[in-house]
Amino acid sequence: MKLRRSGLALFLLAMSQSIWAGVLPDDRADLLYHRYEGGGVEIDGPSILIRKKVGASLSFVGNYYVDMVSSASIDVVTTASPYSEERKQWSLGMDYLRGNTTISTSYTSSVESDFDATTYSIAISQDMFGDMTTLTLSYALGDDVVGKVGEPTFERDNTRQHYGIGLTQILTRNLITTLNVETITDEGFLNNPYRSVRFVDPVSATGYSYEPELYPSTRTTNAIGIGARYYLPYRAAIHGDYRFFTDTWGIDSHTVSIGYVHPWGDWTFKAKYRWHDQTGAHFYRDIFSRSEATNFRGRDKELSPLTSNTFEFGVSYAFLKKGWNFIDKGSVNLIVNLMQVDYDEFSDLRTSAVLGEEPLYSLNANIIQFFVSFWY
Amino acid sequence: MNISRIGQMILPLLLLGGLSACGSIEPWVKPYERDRLADPIMFLDADPISTAYIQHVFEAREGARGGEGAVGGGCGCN
Repeated sequence: MKLRRSGLALFLLAMSQSIWAGVLPDDRADLLYHRYEGGGVEIDGPSILIRKKVGASLSFVGNYYVDMVSSASIDVVTTASPYSEERKQWSLGMDYLRGNTTISTSYTSSVESDFDATTYSIAISQDMFGDMTTLTLSYALGDDVVGKVGEPTFERDNTRQHYGIGLTQILTRNLITTLNVETITDEGFLNNPYRSVRFVDPVSATGYSYEPELYPSTRTTNAIGIGARYYLPYRAAIHGDYRFFTDTWGIDSHTVSIGYVHPWGDWTFKAKYRWHDQTGAHFYRDIFSRSEATNFRGRDKELSPLTSNTFEFGVSYAFLKKGWNFIDKGSVNLIVNLMQVDYDEFSDLRTSAVLGEEPLYSLNANIIQFFVSFWY
Repeated sequence: MNISRIGQMILPLLLLGGLSACGSIEPWVKPYERDRLADPIMFLDADPISTAYIQHVFEAREGARGGEGAVGGGCGCN
């Protein structure tokens, strides 16, 4: 038995929006290796992104992304068995520029052994007021099919819709700001077919037993984010972002980040700190008082109240600045994120502590990205 | 003529007036003054392939999603 790692559509729409809607994105190719290691989980793999203009008004983009997962997470070691699996995702997108308007569309397909996700998206961006303002309206439709290893007849659907409004505003010659509002609705099978919840069971030797989790079949999330980027008196930049999030499952969160970018010759150094704090879902419990105690039940640690702190360090080196053959320039990049998550209501059951006295779980993850980029 | 009827008549005029006003806004940061904003260190998303990946990680590890300038996805990754 294994726990599902569901597909996630990394929409090319996200990759296609430049700050200036009236300009098509640069032709470039990126080859990235990513590695996540933390909490007993190792995920690594490649991601390849290629973008190319065709004529003056069309730009195409393609992405191939792989997650190779080896999981012995706390959920797995306490209620299931370690597993390995692979998720492959590919995307195709197109941007069409006409005047100050850019229309972007994309298609994304993600496949793994027990989860398929397909996403279609469209967005329209308009430059206004002397190109100082860019307004973007976006919509995406996602169809997921959830399976279960070992049960070929198990198949559940989930439909997801995204509605987004984005505004980018130049305020001064040194300052650019952003506002993003996004609503996402899910309808269908939203829980994990493998995950269990814990309930008090006096008959059990541990004092508790497990039963399958059961989520509501709908979820609507709302998020509003603001950001600013400022050019310092010397050649460097600082940036900050804030996001407020709320959903119909009772999760409210605040996310704040602040960063600094400092170029030095052919090198660029980046540092960023990110803080996230959230309340838990109303149907989340670390342990329920009895079996089927509530209509909906969940013990997904990501639905627990939690606080995360992440430090990011990045370095880039620019090469081929004078070009070579058809290549205009290139860069090699290394980004490391150190993430710590402290869960306020998720007990670490790997210890032999008695019921009610288990320590709270916390997670440390090292996230590495190494990539090479070419512009042509 | 009740108040809601008056409102129905005035609202389109206000919207039209507002849009007309928008059309006459002069950009206070001229194109030739945007050299710093065009510097790669000021790009909102200099490396989209990296941004998409790290947003994916945060969505998998936390209960929130969206609102970060991209139409993200949703998942209950472990």
